[in-house]
Amino acid sequence: MSNNEVNRTRRRLIIATSVVGGAGAVAAVWPFIASMNPSQRAKAAGAPVEVDISKVEPGSYATVEWRGKPVWVIYRTKEMLDLLNKHDDRLTDPKSEGSIQPEYCKNDRAIKAQYMVVVGICTHLGCSPSPKLKPVSDNETGADWPGGFYCPCHGSRFDLSARVFKGSPAPTNLVVPPHRYVTDTRIVIGEDTKGA
Amino acid sequence: MTKMQQLLGWVDERFPLTAMWKEHLSEYYAPKNFNFWYFFGSLALLVLVIQIVTGIFLTMNYKPDAGMAFAAVEYIMRDVDWGWLIRYMHSTGASMFFVVVYLHMYRGLMYGSYRKPRELIWIFGVLIYVALMAEAFLGYLLPWGQMSFWGAQVIVNLFAAVPVIGPDLAVWIRGDFVISDATLNRFFAFHVIALPLVLLGLVVAHIIALHEVGSNNPDGIEIKKKKDPNTGIPLDGIPFHPYYTVKDIVGVAVFLIVFSLIIFFAPEMGGYFLEANNFIPADPLKTPPHIAPLWYFTAFYSILRAVPPILGSQFPGVVAMGAAIVVLFFLPWLDKSPVKSIRYRGVIYKTALALFIVSFIGLSYLGTQPTSDLYTLLARIFSVIYFLFFLLMPWYTKIDKTKPEPERVTE
Repeated sequence: MSNNEVNRTRRRLIIATSVVGGAGAVAAVWPFIASMNPSQRAKAAGAPVEVDISKVEPGSYATVEWRGKPVWVIYRTKEMLDLLNKHDDRLTDPKSEGSIQPEYCKNDRAIKAQYMVVVGICTHLGCSPSPKLKPVSDNETGADWPGGFYCPCHGSRFDLSARVFKGSPAPTNLVVPPHRYVTDTRIVIGEDTKGA
Repeated sequence: MTKMQQLLGWVDERFPLTAMWKEHLSEYYAPKNFNFWYFFGSLALLVLVIQIVTGIFLTMNYKPDAGMAFAAVEYIMRDVDWGWLIRYMHSTGASMFFVVVYLHMYRGLMYGSYRKPRELIWIFGVLIYVALMAEAFLGYLLPWGQMSFWGAQVIVNLFAAVPVIGPDLAVWIRGDFVISDATLNRFFAFHVIALPLVLLGLVVAHIIALHEVGSNNPDGIEIKKKKDPNTGIPLDGIPFHPYYTVKDIVGVAVFLIVFSLIIFFAPEMGGYFLEANNFIPADPLKTPPHIAPLWYFTAFYSILRAVPPILGSQFPGVVAMGAAIVVLFFLPWLDKSPVKSIRYRGVIYKTALALFIVSFIGLSYLGTQPTSDLYTLLARIFSVIYFLFFLLMPWYTKIDKTKPEPERVTE
């Protein structure tokens, strides 16, 4: 065999070794990438919370922590509810068709219209909007404010059904979490009527 | 031969110590016409050292635990001897790193330091800039204040805007469904181990590439074209050591005076270096009334806010923000001018660069402010100018009327 002739057997062995070794190296990366996913403990920590809503005054709201996020329980008075149907044309998704809520909350986005339960995290980039419940317009809310929420980070505006106004950077309405009534004054957040 | 020379000889037979000293310092010939703008490379190196040293000592008392992190930083500030100084050096160092790096990059823009044959130096430099932004962002979560928490919340949610894989990607980055202890712990790991290693590697690559091709200069001409026929040394070159080491020491002294003044008299810099809201512990239930990133990110944050959602997706804004950084990598190939330095460029490039700087500063300012209709409009105008500076560059640098470059560097 002359010096400049390729030893085919060795060349094939080199290729085979490189391919197997490369595949092994790629496979070895997997445990490291997967270790960055939420741990089993983090996945288990999504327990539902029970809340006494009798202490929420009419026209005000309470904040509850559920899965590390703020959940608001808003007591909507009759005057507040009356204002809600008058600005559908100013909303991005008035019927909440592209937004996340349980099936049983499609009307008024609540089980009982009086109590609005919603995750207080903006659907834009995850800030928590500030409540501006009274129908008083200011620089942040813009003119003709029916009451709702204003996100300080990027200026998204929501009404008292947590529906987003047009012109806001937030693409969809705020998320309504699964919840159910245990009694008239106690609700469980994070659990459906079906118990799941 | 003295004992020292014998020792040096012994080392040199085993490790190229003298050869390295010569290659990078005593026989590295740099153009003799460096001016003020050439301080910032060596200053960036100084700040890197300050950050690494102060960082090591902060790590000795810091606890990367959501329940303890905020208190650990206050503990460093109040109870650790000189802890306040080390912490303020680190927090001021972060902002000064960006001051120095932005001036260093502007120098490159002015004198065409990114042009052939220095494309790789520029690319390594942009990579350093990207790594530095990541390092600053990760480090900002560690004090676990309100701005730490909500800043990280917004930035991680940018990844959630990526179509299809976004939400899973954001969960993977956080290691949880919300910013939590898991997030803090991994950001700590990246901040103190992973990214510093990457940064050091990139800095070495940046300097090796620089010393391979040689430094550019304010005239933007190649000093290697005119060499002494006997020695082979560029006629306009002087050894880096002692000439520029001595010059740089003056820069270091002035820099340290400014650095000390900030540490001792204005470590918060009116909220620009340390934000007031970050002295409140992280509260996942309440966003501060006005949140903005630190000043060195606000230009890109403005571009993000300037792009309206398209088809109910935030993704276009995220893409624009990313593109504002990625476009920097292409700069060496966008510039078609026959000259490198602004000294010999025509009025078009000078105007373009001035507009670009005004836009960058304008965007940076707007990013620190709450949104309003006027500010959003301004941010959109500045964003367009920012991108046009790069995208139209192949055209306007070609038609620009340039002056002839000199044969030798000017005094």
